[in-house]
Amino acid sequence: MELTVIGQTAGEAAEGGCSSSGCGGSSDQLSHLPEHIRAKVHNHPCYSEEAHHHFARMHVAVAPACNIQCHYCNRKYDCSNESRPGVVSEVLTPDQAVKKVMAVAANIPQMTVLGIAGPGDPLANPERTFETFRQLTEKAPDIKLCVSTNGLTLPDQVEELCKHNIDHVTITINCVDPDVGAKIYPWIFWNNRRIKGRKGAEILIKQQQKGLKMLTERGILVKVNSVMIPGVNDAHLEEVSKVVKANGAFLHNVMPLIAEAEHGTFYGVMGQRGPTHGELQALQDQCAGDMNMMRHCRQCRADAVGMLGEDRGDEFTMDKVENMEIDYESAMQRRAEYHASIEANREAQKQQSGQAFVALSSLQLKKKETRPVLMAVATSGGGVINQHFGHAKEFLVYEASMTDVRFIGYRKVDLYCSGGDSCGDAETTLQKIIRALEGCEAVLCSKIGYEPWEQLETAGIQPNGEHAMEPIEEAVAAVYAEMAGNGQLDEARETAQLQIGA
Amino acid sequence: MAYEIIESCVNCWACEPLCPSQAIFDARPHFRIDAKKCTECEGDFADPQCVSICPIEGAILSPFGEAANPPGSLTGIRPERMAEVMAEIQAR
Ligand code: SF4
Ligand code: SF4
Repeated sequence: MELTVIGQTAGEAAEGGCSSSGCGGSSDQLSHLPEHIRAKVHNHPCYSEEAHHHFARMHVAVAPACNIQCHYCNRKYDCSNESRPGVVSEVLTPDQAVKKVMAVAANIPQMTVLGIAGPGDPLANPERTFETFRQLTEKAPDIKLCVSTNGLTLPDQVEELCKHNIDHVTITINCVDPDVGAKIYPWIFWNNRRIKGRKGAEILIKQQQKGLKMLTERGILVKVNSVMIPGVNDAHLEEVSKVVKANGAFLHNVMPLIAEAEHGTFYGVMGQRGPTHGELQALQDQCAGDMNMMRHCRQCRADAVGMLGEDRGDEFTMDKVENMEIDYESAMQRRAEYHASIEANREAQKQQSGQAFVALSSLQLKKKETRPVLMAVATSGGGVINQHFGHAKEFLVYEASMTDVRFIGYRKVDLYCSGGDSCGDAETTLQKIIRALEGCEAVLCSKIGYEPWEQLETAGIQPNGEHAMEPIEEAVAAVYAEMAGNGQLDEARETAQLQIGA
Repeated sequence: MAYEIIESCVNCWACEPLCPSQAIFDARPHFRIDAKKCTECEGDFADPQCVSICPIEGAILSPFGEAANPPGSLTGIRPERMAEVMAEIQAR
């Protein structure tokens, strides 16, 4: 068996701009991309598996109106294509949005990406969206701009998009077959009429693919988001992955449907279930053969401010922002310095994890086959284990194997449950967390209380607080090595936990 | 004669920019149509624009006081088939 020792490939990785052990070896998600595209995604928290530890994006809600209906959406709330369901953002005018973005950028140097993703469809509100981009390109040239759309009017907006020099576009594409589409989109608004059912879905699909091709031809990066809906498009998404790759998408992100009756969406009210963690992971693995998959999307709230998943929105409400004096010239200077120090840090961490992987390689000398293990990690950012178990609102899940440590995805714990029979109000938060962590055999955090410790152990998940402040991949590798050393990994896990939902 | 927005409106903004007569305005608890300005889109569009994009069945009343988008017209599921479709969806 060939072992990927990251320490040996560090030099190469530095050249390529992909510097995390998570990006190493077989799991390098960016290595197939041309250099200029890799450079574009290098610091983008939504696209680079590693950059999300260090950089952040924000959204502004300037585009309220929408021109299609998705069965997983409730118009009272923000668009669930890009944000968490059940959230209402304050709708801002373009002028207000620009003020807010500059205030955040001046105070949070990690903020490198500004996205417009709703609450409606940004391209159904083109004047508002483009006015915001135009002002920001002029006033804050160090912020990257991106936009998410359902794609319906995309072909008509490509020229305008190119003018604003927007290099990232996300299209939500749930199907390439109108019969599947008719089960997801009951109607679209097209040429001043409402068009229902299959016919509407057919137009939407054509427009999406056309827009995707046009953007690719003009050198604009396109990511595709898909919502996985069991029994509707789950079996179809592999085909979607192939088609969007052929048409030029550089990344495909499959997100789970989150449907709860209390969100008031069609699917929620009708009792459509979302996928289990296992189903989602299995589909992501299937699609990974065709194309680069993004596994770390956390379905951020559209107006989230701060590091991905960590919400600092309360500090930047419009009334506070109106009263801030911002000297963007000097802020830009500070931002540049900060970004340089982050780069130095990433370089240093890469060196460290290189050592961790050399240590891991010693496993091979024992010539023992050990099985892969899923581990959950509590972190508040920075790429290190630095969060108390009880404070974690979500966990990062990594798979450690004999060959490498790779990032698998996120498990949210506080806000939503993933559906299923056992989901009820009687369930304690801790029980919910344990259920959210199904399939994981260890959880790494900075500290953990006695009670959760016991319950986690009982549930077959080993709590571990010994690696506080260590880089994540290195700690996961160390715990894996320890488990392997204890002989815990010689046999397949007794319970069916690794095949959940398969 | 004019269309009217009633309390089931969710303030989604979709109709407002489409009105050829600028008859729709952002109000609370819900958006409203200025009856004096609404032209029913006569002479501008074949279909009333607000009605054609509104995502909420029953939120807009026709000049005759009836739901312009009646129950089942937007989900595509007639009310009498509701239970059946629900069972189908839950079996997925
Ligand atoms: S019917 Fe036409 S004119 Fe009247 S409010 Fe609706 S969009 Fe405006
Ligand atoms: S489209 Fe319908 S729900 Fe939305 S604001 Fe207009 S009347 Fe209200």
